[in-house]
Amino acid sequence: MSVLPQETTVSANSSTAAAEARAAKLMKRRSRIRFYEIIVWIAAIAAYFLLPSKMLILTEIAILALFAVSLDLVLGFAGIVSLGHTAFFGLGAYVAGLMAQHYFAEPVTGLIVAGVASGVLGLLTSFLILRGSDLTRLMTTLGIGLMMAEVANQMAWLTGGADGLSGFSPGPILGMFEFDLFGKVGYLYCVGVLFIGTMIMRRIAFSPFGLSLKAIKGNSMRSAMVAVPGRKRIVTAYTIAAVFAGMAGALLTQTTAFVSPDVLAFHRSADVLLVLVIGGTGYLYGGIFGAILFTLVKDWLSVITPQYWMFYIGLLLVILVLIGRDRLSRWVEYLPERLSKKEDR
Amino acid sequence: MNEIVLETRHLVRRFGAFLATNDVSLKVERGARHALIGPNGAGKTTLINLLTGVLPPSEGQVFLEGEDITSMASFRRVKRGLTRTFQINQLFNEFTPLETVALAIAEREGVGHNLWRSIAGYGKVVDEAADLLARFGLASVMGERTVILPYGKQRLLEIALAFASKPRVLLLDEPAAGVPEDERHEVLQIVSDLPADVTVLLIEHDMDLVFSFANRISVLVAGAVFVEGTVAEISNDPRVKAVYLGENA
Repeated sequence: MSVLPQETTVSANSSTAAAEARAAKLMKRRSRIRFYEIIVWIAAIAAYFLLPSKMLILTEIAILALFAVSLDLVLGFAGIVSLGHTAFFGLGAYVAGLMAQHYFAEPVTGLIVAGVASGVLGLLTSFLILRGSDLTRLMTTLGIGLMMAEVANQMAWLTGGADGLSGFSPGPILGMFEFDLFGKVGYLYCVGVLFIGTMIMRRIAFSPFGLSLKAIKGNSMRSAMVAVPGRKRIVTAYTIAAVFAGMAGALLTQTTAFVSPDVLAFHRSADVLLVLVIGGTGYLYGGIFGAILFTLVKDWLSVITPQYWMFYIGLLLVILVLIGRDRLSRWVEYLPERLSKKEDR
Repeated sequence: MNEIVLETRHLVRRFGAFLATNDVSLKVERGARHALIGPNGAGKTTLINLLTGVLPPSEGQVFLEGEDITSMASFRRVKRGLTRTFQINQLFNEFTPLETVALAIAEREGVGHNLWRSIAGYGKVVDEAADLLARFGLASVMGERTVILPYGKQRLLEIALAFASKPRVLLLDEPAAGVPEDERHEVLQIVSDLPADVTVLLIEHDMDLVFSFANRISVLVAGAVFVEGTVAEISNDPRVKAVYLGENA
């Protein structure tokens, strides 16, 4: 491993070959499926059989998880903070509602159209977040979120204004699976979309593109100095994240057969950020773990203290940030997976 | 040896009323080992920042291989063969050295935008990354997080990362700065082993290194080129001794 010239050619070759083999192994290990990932998906399926009376809250978790995983792609990977991510969620929710009401009630079609619509909005607004600091980005994204909420409110002829959109019913999924009263089909549908969405974003995360996003987040000046076109990458990531956020919104519309103006409310942007803080950023599954914890804690608190649950959510947030400052993005390292990592060293 | 690969014309950079770069016109020939020396605060790093697009100049132009790159984004300059190292390490703390150099190689090979294939699938990129790290004595730590590496290793990675872009013009901003004495020779060896066709502009305070490495020296004082010449000319110039070497003694 020495750089000194007296090193013989033979040992240089063998050490190079050894380094290549090790590098290949390390790179493969980077993207391999982790133990906790398998647990998540088994648990999601098991819940369907074990908790038949909890379908609604489980569906809520799956939708929030997809929303949060999409935010992680911009926050946890590219390092772009946003207080307006619900602009995409809300647009997706409305588009899915309007699709079902006026055009085509098949949910998967509505889901895709909603994703495309939100993606277009993401692409158009991504140029606003390229410049400036975290603070300017927070304000820009917050502003876009507020504007979207007001637009939806004012365009009552289209969106139903403050009353929201109702009086439509999504058709059977792919023309085959009718939504049932207990929400079982709805749950499986949402988990399916969450699974596919997470797998797609997971592939992106381990691609050269995903690595370059983390480089931009880690040190944007240096990333430019290794030829990473930062703005282009951020625009792409933001657009992809908007697509999945829009799909999450569409899922909410389709499983509840209702669009409330609440889908564009500021608190949703704040909630999804909170979910990522709870679950950890930069590894996608933080969105899922965070959504489970956030929803369960919220549900539990709102039962035991219906009027003051927000207080405890706030307290939880403060404690999490205080004790976990650096660990927020690294909860995953505390999982059993970590133990098996040592042997490779 | 006469082809000019890097040139500045009347380059000026102001920070408010402070003139950090004052009418610098510099020509660097292909394959040159050109050193940029000068007292602290002479504007050496500012000049490098102007050359690489980290800072825009207030006035003047920068040319790379005859092309005006004054307003070109940094990443495009890197694609055209101009890259640098930083005086203070600018690394990706949470990356492993392997990820760090693989990123640069992937970008250089134009596959950095691919969002569907795992990096592990780019065998050539990974092999090259491993070879490069082995050459820099970093193979044994390629899987560690960069932030936990000893400073000397981080410094080597800083330089390896610039090499990964295969620059034709490399700007080294005090490559041996802060490296412990016993690891210093590694860094210096790497620098002097650079291929002859790579043009190097080096900022360095270590005069022994400058005089042994460089074939041309520009002395920067108060943002302006004070004097420029061969090693012999500069080392014998009494004015240089007065403003620069004298200060160090």
